[in-house]
Amino acid sequence: MTIAGSIGILAVIALILIIGIPLGDYLYYLFRGEPSRMDKVFHPLEKWLFRAVGADPSVKMDWKAYLRALIMVNFAMMIFAYLVFRLQGVLPLNPSHIKGMPWDLAFNTAASFITNTNWQNYAGEQSMSYLGQMLGITYLQFTSAATGFVAAIAFVRGLIANRSESIGNFWVDFIRIHTRLLLPLAFVFSLILIGLGVPQTLLGPETVHTLQGVLQTISRGPVASLEAIKQLGTNGGGYYNANSAHPFENPSAISNVLEMLAMGIVSTALVWTFGRFIKNRKQAVVLYVFLTAILIIGAFIIYSNEAGGNPILQHVLGIHGSNMEGKEERFGPAMSSVFAAITTAFTTGAVNSMHDSYMPMGGFIPLLFMMFNLIFGGKGVGLLNILMFLIITVFLSGLMVGRTPEIFGKKIEAREIKLATIAMLAHPFIILVPAAIALVTKVGTSSILNPGLHGLTEVLYAYTSAAANNGSAFAGLNGNTVFYNVTLGLVMLIGRYVSLIAMFAIAGSLAKKAVIPPSAGTLRTDTFAFGGVFVAVFVIVGALTFFPALAIGPIGEQLQMWAHLLH
Amino acid sequence: MVNVWRSIRFTIVFAIILGLIYPLLVTGIGNVLFPYQAKGSIVSWNGRPVGSMLIAQAVTSPGFFHPRPSAVNYAANGSGGSNLGPTNPALVAEVKQNLQTVERQNPGIKVSQIPPSMVESSASGLDPDISVQDALLQVPRISRVTGISQSSLQQMIQNDEVSPVLGIWGQRMVNVMQLNLAILHRMGRS
Repeated sequence: MTIAGSIGILAVIALILIIGIPLGDYLYYLFRGEPSRMDKVFHPLEKWLFRAVGADPSVKMDWKAYLRALIMVNFAMMIFAYLVFRLQGVLPLNPSHIKGMPWDLAFNTAASFITNTNWQNYAGEQSMSYLGQMLGITYLQFTSAATGFVAAIAFVRGLIANRSESIGNFWVDFIRIHTRLLLPLAFVFSLILIGLGVPQTLLGPETVHTLQGVLQTISRGPVASLEAIKQLGTNGGGYYNANSAHPFENPSAISNVLEMLAMGIVSTALVWTFGRFIKNRKQAVVLYVFLTAILIIGAFIIYSNEAGGNPILQHVLGIHGSNMEGKEERFGPAMSSVFAAITTAFTTGAVNSMHDSYMPMGGFIPLLFMMFNLIFGGKGVGLLNILMFLIITVFLSGLMVGRTPEIFGKKIEAREIKLATIAMLAHPFIILVPAAIALVTKVGTSSILNPGLHGLTEVLYAYTSAAANNGSAFAGLNGNTVFYNVTLGLVMLIGRYVSLIAMFAIAGSLAKKAVIPPSAGTLRTDTFAFGGVFVAVFVIVGALTFFPALAIGPIGEQLQMWAHLLH
Repeated sequence: MVNVWRSIRFTIVFAIILGLIYPLLVTGIGNVLFPYQAKGSIVSWNGRPVGSMLIAQAVTSPGFFHPRPSAVNYAANGSGGSNLGPTNPALVAEVKQNLQTVERQNPGIKVSQIPPSMVESSASGLDPDISVQDALLQVPRISRVTGISQSSLQQMIQNDEVSPVLGIWGQRMVNVMQLNLAILHRMGRS
C-alpha cells in the first residue's frame, strides 16, 4: 500500500459524493411533480414520445397499475432482446459474421440485461454482432436502469403520500428519466470516452501485420456508446470479454476514474433525493456516513490484500510486490481495488481486473458487498433495499424498546413486515439453494476452473452476482452451459422482480395510511445511533445467513494459504 | 390489454431511439471530433497499419521491448485473463514459466528486481503498458541486439514515461508500442 494509492482511493469516493449530492437535488426537482424550468426544453420531445407510446400523462396510477405497466413493458423488451440475440446472424451490421445465439444463451443474456444484471456467458467480441451490441445490449442498459430508478421514486412517493392511492404515472416517469437524465449524460460521456481512446465505429475489425509481421485481428465497433450507459446505468456488461480491463473500454487512469464516478453518482444522488422527498436531509446524511464508511473500509481491505501480493509466489518463486495477476498496469493495485469495491457496492458489475485472481480476502469483499446488496446499491433498487432494511430495523428496535414501529410518519404493521421479510429472505434463498444444487451435481461442478475451496467460491460468487443483479464474475467458471444459463437466468429474474413486487405492495399499503406527525414517542431514524443499529441489523442478517458458505469459501482459502506457508 | 399495446409501442419506439439513433449519432459526431481514437488508435509504419497504440501484440524478438504476459496469446479478438486463483498450483506453474522466459532472455537479471507485472498475466491479455522498472530491465538486452546505446534507450523510456494523474491515480509506466516505434525510428535513421 502506498500513500498516493490510498489518497487516490479516498479522492474517488469523495468525488462521487461531491457530484452525487447536487445531482440528487436535480432528481428531486425532476420527480416532485411540479412545473420546472426544464419543462420548456424537454416538453416538445416528451409530448411527441407520449403520443408515440400512446400514454396519457395526466393519468394517476395506484401501485398495482404502476407495477403492471412496469412488468409488462419489461417483458416486452426482454422478448425483443431475445429475438435480436437469436436472429443477429441474419440481421445487418454484422461484419464478423457472428451467428445467432442458441436458445439457452439468448435467454440468459436477455434475462441478464433486462434485470440490470449484465452477467455475461458470452464473449462480446466473439458472440455479439454490432447490431446486437446496439439494439440488444445498449438499449436494455438504458431501460433496465430506468426501471429500477422509477421503482425507487414510486416507492418514495408512496412513503410520503397521505391517504392517497396514487404513486405517480409510470409512463411519465419512465420516459422522463430517459430524456432528462440518462440520454444527455450518456451522450456527453460517450464523446468524452472516445476522446480518451474508446473506439466508436461501424467499420469491421482491423487486421494488421504486427511489428513482427504476424497477423493480428483487432476487434472494434460501437464501444463508447455502450460503455457510457454501461457505467451510468450501473449495468456493467462489457463490449469485450475482458470488460473494463480491456484497453478499448477503459484506456487510461483518467477514463478509469470517470467510469467509477459514472457508476457511483446516480445511486448516491438517489439517497439525497430521498432525503429531500421526506423533508429530512439529516436522514440522508446519516445514511451517507455509514454507507461511505463501509465502502471505504471494504476498498482498503481489498487494497491491503492485493498490494500485499501473493505469499505463495513470494515463498516459492521469490517474487515480491503486489498481486498483478489479472490486473492492468495502468490501474495497478489501488485503482483496481477501489473499482472492485465500487462495482459491487453500486452493483454495477463492470470489472477492470479479474476478481477470480484476487487474494482470498480481496475477493471476499466484493462477494460480501453483493450479499449486502445495499451499500448504495444499483440504480434505484439500492435505495429500495436500504428502505427495506430500514423498515426491518424500525420493527426490531420497536420491539426492543416497546414502541409502535413507524417510519417517516407511517405505522409499520404486520402486512408491511411480512412483505419486507419476503423481499429480504428471497435474496439468500436464491443464492444458497442453487449454489448448493450446482455444487452437488456434475453439471454444476464440471464448469469450475480453480480447484479446492476457490472453486466453491466461483459458484457462490456466480449466484450471488445473479441474485444481486450485479453481473461481475469469478470468471474462471464456464457459465455457458444449459444448466448455468437457465439457473442463473432464473435467479436473475427472481432476484429482480420478487423484491420489486414486494416493495411495490409495501408502497401501496403505506400510501393509503395517514401521516402521523412525530411526537416524543417516535423512534427517530435520522440519528447516528439508529444508523448504527441499521448497520448492525444488515450485517448480522447478512453474516448469519451467509457465514457458513463464506467460511468454506474465501475464509477457508485464506486459512489454507497461511497453512501452506507454514509447511 | 391497453398496457400490452402500449408496451409494444414503447419497446419499438425506444429501441429505435436508444438502440439505433443514439449509437449512430455518437458514431457520427465521435468520428468527426476524434477520428483517430474512434477507429481504434491504429498506428502505421511505412504506410502500413501495424497495430493499435492501445492493444498489446506478441513481440518476442530480442531487439524490441516485450509486453506483459498474456493468457490469451495477445488475441485482440478474444480478450481475457487467466482467471487462475491465488492458491491454484497452475498459477505457480504459469508464473514460474514466465519467470524462466524473462531470465533466459535477460541474462544476469535478479529475481528480486523483477516486478510482479512482468511475469504475471494481465487482465485483458492485451495490456499495452509495462512498468518503468520492467522496461529498464529490458534495456541491456535490446542494446546488445540493436546496438542502440543503453543511455539512449533509457532516454526513450524517460521521454515516454506516463506518471500517475495528479500523482494519485495510476502508476509510472510506458507504452510498449510507443517504445518499439521509437526503436524502429532510431534504426531507420542510423
